[in-house]
Amino acid sequence: METVGAIETGSYGTAKLNYLNNGSTLKSWLLTKDHKRIAIMYLISVSVFFLMGGLYAATIRLELLTPASDLLETGTYNKVFTQHGILMVFFFLIPSIPAVLGNFLIPIMIGAKDLALPRINLLSLYIYWLGGAITLWALMQGGVDTGWTFYTPYSTTFSNTYVLAVGVGIFINGFSSILTGVNFLVTIHTMRAPGMTWFRLPLFVWAHYAVSLIFVLGTPVVAITLLLVAIERVAHVGIFDPALGGDPILFQHMFWFYSHPAVYIMVLPGMGIVSELIANFARKRIFGYEFVAFSSIGLAVFGFLVWGHHMFVSGQSMYASLVFSFLTMVVAIPSAIKMFNWTATLYQGSISFDTPMLYGLAFMGLFLIGGFTGLYLGALGLNVHLTDTYFVIGHFHYVMVGGQVIAYLGGLHYWWPKMTGKMYSEFWGRVAAMLIFVGFNLTFFPQLILGYLGMPRRYAAYPPEMQVLNIFSSAGASVLGVGLTMPVFYFIHSLIKGKPAPDNPWLLPGLEWRTSSPPPTENFDKPPVVTWEVYDFSDESGLDIEAAKREAAAVNA
Amino acid sequence: MQDSSFVQLFPQQASTFAWQVDALYGYLILVSLVFSVPIILAMFYFSIKYREREKYAVPKEIHGSMVLETLWSVIPFFVSMSVFITGAIVYFNQYTPPDDAMEIYVVGKQWMWKMQHATGQREINELHVPAGRNVKLTMTTEDVIHSFYIPAFRTKADAVPGRYTYMWFNATTPGKYHLFCAEYCGLNHSGMIGTVYVMEPKDFDNWLSGNTGGETPVQVGKDLFENKLGCASCHAGGPQQRGAKLEGLFNTEVHLVGGGTAIADEDYIRNSILNPASQVVEGYQPIMPTFKGQVTEEQLNGLVAYIKSLSPNAAAAPAAPAAKKPDEKAPAGKKADEKAPAKE
Repeated sequence: METVGAIETGSYGTAKLNYLNNGSTLKSWLLTKDHKRIAIMYLISVSVFFLMGGLYAATIRLELLTPASDLLETGTYNKVFTQHGILMVFFFLIPSIPAVLGNFLIPIMIGAKDLALPRINLLSLYIYWLGGAITLWALMQGGVDTGWTFYTPYSTTFSNTYVLAVGVGIFINGFSSILTGVNFLVTIHTMRAPGMTWFRLPLFVWAHYAVSLIFVLGTPVVAITLLLVAIERVAHVGIFDPALGGDPILFQHMFWFYSHPAVYIMVLPGMGIVSELIANFARKRIFGYEFVAFSSIGLAVFGFLVWGHHMFVSGQSMYASLVFSFLTMVVAIPSAIKMFNWTATLYQGSISFDTPMLYGLAFMGLFLIGGFTGLYLGALGLNVHLTDTYFVIGHFHYVMVGGQVIAYLGGLHYWWPKMTGKMYSEFWGRVAAMLIFVGFNLTFFPQLILGYLGMPRRYAAYPPEMQVLNIFSSAGASVLGVGLTMPVFYFIHSLIKGKPAPDNPWLLPGLEWRTSSPPPTENFDKPPVVTWEVYDFSDESGLDIEAAKREAAAVNA
Repeated sequence: MQDSSFVQLFPQQASTFAWQVDALYGYLILVSLVFSVPIILAMFYFSIKYREREKYAVPKEIHGSMVLETLWSVIPFFVSMSVFITGAIVYFNQYTPPDDAMEIYVVGKQWMWKMQHATGQREINELHVPAGRNVKLTMTTEDVIHSFYIPAFRTKADAVPGRYTYMWFNATTPGKYHLFCAEYCGLNHSGMIGTVYVMEPKDFDNWLSGNTGGETPVQVGKDLFENKLGCASCHAGGPQQRGAKLEGLFNTEVHLVGGGTAIADEDYIRNSILNPASQVVEGYQPIMPTFKGQVTEEQLNGLVAYIKSLSPNAAAAPAAPAAKKPDEKAPAGKKADEKAPAKE
C-alpha cells in the first residue's frame, strides 16, 4: 500500500507551510475556515473564561475561610457563586474539550481535510463570542444572583439582577453547541477516510459522537426554558410563577431535562481523552473497545432519562422519584464498564508515565470518587439528607474538575506538540500534574464531609463548627490554583523557547501522529487510507518500530 | 448538634430514621471501597509490573473478554439495585407521615421560617417539638422556593409556593439542632436559619401550655369562614345552598364538571379557594369568586384546617399537647387542628 507509506511518520515536511504560518494577518485568522485555527481561537477564549471563573472560585474560598459573611456582602457573594457557575459551565466546561480538542482532532483522527461544514464551524465560534460578550456585558452592568440553575419563581419574579441579559447570552451560546454537534455528527458520518471503519475510530471520536447527540437533542430544551423565563419576566405570562398561575416545578423539569445530559457533555469528552491516554501510554489496544465505545452512547441515551433525580425533595411524586432513582442506578453501569476496561488495558502493557498519562491515571482515581458519590446521591433516602449540601458540590466538582478539567489538561499536554509543534518542559508538566492532583483532593474531599455534616450550598455564612474543614478546602484551593497556573507559563515558554516537536514524539499509530507537527492546513499531504486496526502498536500499522528503536539506542549511547 | 471535638465528621443522630440514613451511607462507603480499592491496587500493581522496560515495545494484543465484560456489568448492576432498594425503603420512611402525627404548619418567606402549632402557638425561626412523638409539617411559602432542612434528623423537603408539601419526623434526643434553608432563596439565604428544640414530652407540654398562642388555626379559619370572608353564606350546608357542602368532605373523592375526579386534600381545598373555577364540582355553577390576594398563606392554612375539622373522621392528625406515649394514637376528636391562620 503506497498510500500508507506516503503518510508514514515524520516523512513529510517540517519545512513547508503548516496551518500556523500559512497566513499571519488578523484576517487570515478571523475569517479562517480551518478547523485547527478555529480550535486555537476557542482555546484562547475558553482559557479566558476559565481564568475568570477561577477568580470567582478563589473569591468564594476566601469568603468561606471564616464562618461569618465578612469579606463580601451576601448579595455580592450570591453573584460571585452564580457567575462562577455560569462562566464555568456554559462558557468553559461545555465547549472546552469538544470545541478545542474535538475541533482540532476529529478531522485529523478520521483522515479528513476539515470538518464537513467549515463555515458553520466558524459561525459557531462567532456565536460563542457573541453569547459570551453579552454575558460579560451583563456581569459588568451588575451581574446576576440566581445561581446557575435559575430556579423559578426567584429568577422570574424576585431577582432584580440582570437575569434577562445573562439568559440571552446563554440562549445565544446554546446555538454554538448545537452547530458544533451537527458539524461533528455530519463529519463523523461522511468524512471518514477510506478504510476508517466505525470500529477503527479512536474512542475520542466515539465520545464526541455521543456528546454531539446530546448537543443536538438537549440544548434546544434549555434554550426554550430560558425563553419561557424571559417571557414570564417581561410579559408576566404565568408559566413558572404560581402567583401568575404557573408551576415552579415545571421549570425544574425543563431545566434538568437539558442540564442533566449536559453533565455528560461535561464528562464524556474527558472519558474519550482518557481512553486515548490509557491506550497510547500503555501501548495497548483498549480492552473491550466496543464496550467502551457503546458505553459512551449508553451514557448519552440514559443521561436523558434521569433528570428527576435532581428533584427528590421538591415534592414530586414518590413514584416518579422511584423511577428516576432506578434509572440513575442503571447509569452507573456504563461508567463502571469504562473504569474496568481502562484498568484492564494496563494489564501486560508497556506503560510510560509522561505528563499526559499522569492526568489519565489521575482521572481514573478522581472519577472513581466522582462516580461513586453519584451513587450516594442517586440513593433516595440518602439524597434527602445530601441534596443541596456541599456533598453535591464535592460530587460534581469531582466529576467536572476531577473528570473533565483533568482530562482536558491531559489532552492539552498530549496533543500540545501536535498543535504547536513545540515540546513543553516534561519536568514542570509532572510537577504541575502532581500539585493539581493534591490540591484538587484537598479542596473537594473536605466538601464531601461538610455535606454530610449538613452544610448547605450557596451559604455565605455557616456554623462555626464547620470552619476547620472549610479552611482545609480553601487551603487546597490555593494549591490547586498554583498548579493550574503553572501550565500557562510553561506552555507559553514552550511556544517561545521550546524544542521543536517531532511529528510522532511517542511513536503512536493514530492518524494525528502521521502528519507533521504542526499539521499543514489540509491536514495531510495525501489523503490517507487506513489499513490497520485502531490502537495497533506493532509494525503492522505501518510504524517503523525497528528504526525508532535504533534511533533511541543511538541517543542513549 | 454542637460537638466539642476538633473536627466534626458526622452530624448528630436525632430522629428515628437518622440511623437508617447513616446505615445507608455506611453501606455505600463499603460498596465504594470494595470496588475502588481493588481498582486502585490493580492500577498501581500494573503500573509497576508493566512499566515500560524497553522503548516502543509491542505488548501482546488483547481484544477483550466477553466473560469479564458480562461480569463487570452484571455485578455492578446487582449492587446498584441493592443500593436502589435500600434507598427507596429509607425514602418511604422519610416521606410517609404516620396518621397519628401532630401537625405543625410552616410558612417560609424571604428570609424566615414561620411555624404555628395546632394549639395556636407561633414561632419564628425556632421550632419546639417533643421527643418521641410523630410530628408532621405542612409547608408552603409566600414567595420563592425554600427548603426545610434539619441535618440531625436527616430529612429535608422543599417548601413550594402555590402548594403544600409535607415532611415528618420523630425526634429521639432532646437538644438543640440546626435548621437550615437548603434551597437558594436570594439575598439572605444563608441567614434563613433557625433552631429546632427537641424537648422531653413533659417539658414540651409545659412549654405549650405556658405559651398560649391565641387562636388556633381552626378558630381562625372558622372566624374567616363564618364572619370575615362570608364563606358560610354559600357553604353553610343547607339543601338550597349555592356552594358545595363541606362537612365530611376532606380526603373524599369529588366528581368534577367535565368528568374527572379529585381527592379533596389540602391542596385541593387551597386551590378551590384561590382558583375556584379550575376544579368545579359536578352539580354546581362556577360562580364562586376567587380569594386570591385576599387571604394570607397563614389565613389559608386556617381555612384548610377549619374545613378539615368539619370531617372529624377523615384520616388526619391530632396535635394536642396531652402527653402521649411516642407511638400512641392521638385522640380522635382533635384531628383537624392545624396550623393557625392568624392574621398579622
